[in-house]
Amino acid sequence: MSGAQPVLWLPGGEEHDPIANKTFGFWLYMMSDALIFAALFAAYGVLDHRFNAAGGATARQVAHPVDAFWQTLAVFASVLAYSLAMVKLKAGSRLGVLLGLGAAALLGLVFIGLEIADFASLIGQGITPERSGFLSMFFVLVAVHGLHMLFGLLWIAVMMAQVALKGFTTEVVTRLLTLRLFWTFQASIWVCVFVFVYLRGAF
Amino acid sequence: MSLVHLQGSWTPWLGRLTLSVILYHNGIVDGAFVFAAVTGIVILGVITYYRKWGYLIREWITSLDHKKIGVMYILIGLVMMFRGFIDALMIRTQQMMADGPDSPGHLQALHGYLPPYHFDQIYSSHGTIMILFAVTPILVGLMNLIVPLQIGARDMAFPYLNAVSLWLTAAGAGLVMASLFIGDFSHAGWIGLIPLTELPYSPGVGVDYWMWAIQIGSVGTTLGTVNLIATIVKMRAPGMTWFRMPIFTWTALSTNIIGLTAFPVLGVALALLGCDRYLGTHFYTAGLGGNLMLFTDLFWIWGHPEVYFLVLPAFGIISEIIPTFSERPLFGYITMVAATFAIAGISWSVWLHHFFTMGAGPDVNGFFSVATMLVGIPTGVKVFNWAFTLYRGRLRFDTPMLWAVGAVFLLLVGGLTGMMLAIPPINYTIHNSVFVVAHFHCMVLVVAFSIFGAIAYWFPKVFGFRLDEHNGKRVFACFSLGTFLVFAAMFALGFMGMTRRLDYLADPHWKPLLIVEEIGVFFYCVACYYFFRMLHVSIRDRAKNRVGADAWGTGRSPEWIARSPVPFYNFAATPHFNALDEAAWRRGQGLSDVAPRDYEPIATPKNTIAPPLIGALAFGFGFGMVWRIWWMAGLSLIAIIGVVILRSFATETEHVISAEQIRSMETTGSSVGIVTDHISPPVAEAEAFL
Repeated sequence: MSGAQPVLWLPGGEEHDPIANKTFGFWLYMMSDALIFAALFAAYGVLDHRFNAAGGATARQVAHPVDAFWQTLAVFASVLAYSLAMVKLKAGSRLGVLLGLGAAALLGLVFIGLEIADFASLIGQGITPERSGFLSMFFVLVAVHGLHMLFGLLWIAVMMAQVALKGFTTEVVTRLLTLRLFWTFQASIWVCVFVFVYLRGAF
Repeated sequence: MSLVHLQGSWTPWLGRLTLSVILYHNGIVDGAFVFAAVTGIVILGVITYYRKWGYLIREWITSLDHKKIGVMYILIGLVMMFRGFIDALMIRTQQMMADGPDSPGHLQALHGYLPPYHFDQIYSSHGTIMILFAVTPILVGLMNLIVPLQIGARDMAFPYLNAVSLWLTAAGAGLVMASLFIGDFSHAGWIGLIPLTELPYSPGVGVDYWMWAIQIGSVGTTLGTVNLIATIVKMRAPGMTWFRMPIFTWTALSTNIIGLTAFPVLGVALALLGCDRYLGTHFYTAGLGGNLMLFTDLFWIWGHPEVYFLVLPAFGIISEIIPTFSERPLFGYITMVAATFAIAGISWSVWLHHFFTMGAGPDVNGFFSVATMLVGIPTGVKVFNWAFTLYRGRLRFDTPMLWAVGAVFLLLVGGLTGMMLAIPPINYTIHNSVFVVAHFHCMVLVVAFSIFGAIAYWFPKVFGFRLDEHNGKRVFACFSLGTFLVFAAMFALGFMGMTRRLDYLADPHWKPLLIVEEIGVFFYCVACYYFFRMLHVSIRDRAKNRVGADAWGTGRSPEWIARSPVPFYNFAATPHFNALDEAAWRRGQGLSDVAPRDYEPIATPKNTIAPPLIGALAFGFGFGMVWRIWWMAGLSLIAIIGVVILRSFATETEHVISAEQIRSMETTGSSVGIVTDHISPPVAEAEAFL
């Protein structure tokens, strides 16, 4: 063989960036989550019809966009608080990150509280998921998003503990970044819920 | 929202579980129970007698090694495939016996030996098991084993997640098996015929078993797709550019993209059914604003991509085997990649062809008909590529090659009948006939043939010795003969008007062909026997059949430059790739035996008990939900979340092997494959977490 020897082995050549790998993997997971919501929105599109209301309440009677607007503000403010925590992460301030995460969690709780109050008032009026196909869909779509928010709140709590106990290790920083992705994604799903369920239902 | 009211007894501690659901008065179930109990006791006894519990837990159950996880996936799949085959045997026997009004009845059945309700459960579990718990795990296992080797990676991108996927799949399979003895399985078909799966028509636990087994298993599969895509995109070794990737890795990528986008829809379809059955909602009910076709649509939006999820890796396997045994590079590599992604792309837009007879109208049916026929173009490209690879090749008919060529023939039969079914007027005529059953069995058997080929082909890479060729060829001969007899007869019966899922057949003229099918099933049984014999003989004579890195002498793709059996660290030094078909290129340049000069320390993930624990808890959750034992389901769910959080606090999850250790293992050639008599070094030195 003429010329340079071909390179067959590169010892230690597998320099994989752990943060990049995990972030990419988490984007893929978000893709599957997006598909869950896509299927639910498609099902909502099918069942949002007066035949499927079966004589019960229709979208106009259950969707209160003004109430939902306060939820929108809460979830947006929560994402903003999380972003401020990320600014403090760049500065390396543990206290700043903890405060930002705490504020995000508090606003997330406000969102969940408003949603529970909304559901309670509907059920108080006899508008329950068992009444019709449309109402089943309405409650389950909104509740699936709510469950994601609850899961995010649990995750924020765990991350606050990890930031406090472990500091900014590579793993903790990776998780803070993926959690931001998750939290922002749930906020954008709420935008879709707000537009397709609440705005479209009321007008 | 409140829980639905159920007929029958319910207690807080045991839910719907009573002694009467376990003690059956059915000879067949009792027989199966005795068989399973005896086999189980023998296996547990052997493990205890040889003191292998520590070995099993340390080396396998808590392992995060992608090869061991792959082998465990395949083992689960093979066991479930055997169970699914027994179901098939029972279906065929019942139909042969229960043909015509004069056919005798045995064991409480009016005709044949299975009462209708039992027969319905058997065909439902046959379909569910074969598709979701046999073929899917085996393919996922093969991708787990081979993809990291083909791209020069040490492991998957997320080894811990990989183990979680495996044990969730195991939990789902476990639920299906539990339904055999505790309660009963769904009687509504593997596709969950709606509204038969709704509570008023199926008040028992069968549908719940079906639903939760699939739900838990498919969470595992979805997480697995994330892992494989990230591995292929992010973990390729230097020089492994996109267009040097072996076709099997390409098909793995495309198939996992399908899986990632399709399985969540199945999750939604089943979760909404779960809301109907547990919370009394009305998504799919026949009244109060439910929509029956919503379930059917959602199910097949997953279901059809799932079919290609199965068949694309099979195409990848065929594309690996044929060049090796033709001693030629694969013809049309780029077109093969393009065809793979074309099939994946079309897979999302053909689901409605499963129910043309729904009556969506000519426009909708026309669209899906044309889309379905488009699949034939890239598939045709693949078949021609394989044919041109064979053309003027130096052909050797070892066992893997026989399976691969057999698969191509089956693909032709299955594909051409598929083209017939894609035409709505024909479809209206033969919808729900056994012609359809014969068609899709030909397609799924393409996958089965490829799986058996892949097992014979890659077995020496993983274990270091070849499977016995003599018995392997007998398995192939009997399996092929069985396939021909069963499905040639079934195509004919379809044209004669026989419909699907019948426990009693009215027309005695079908009898001769039904007997032909039964003879075919007999040949499948013989193939089963030779399969076990092949394993026995191969393990007994393993010293004779040891192989080097290039087990077949003509391997082309990069896994053949790793040692056989593959050490736990895969490659002693990271390989650098110079060509498509790296192994063939190195052989051509005379570089096959060039070992790395230097070694670097290698980090491998430490073992952990968390994934099997999550699997066991998922089983507990599923079992609790099926029997409505709320405390069990609730505690299991909380415990799963607890284990995940605890694990996230773990530190030092990796173990580093020094360069000297690797050098000594490489130069002494000590066996560091996945089946060793001694404890492999990373395990001996690393404490298992939790």
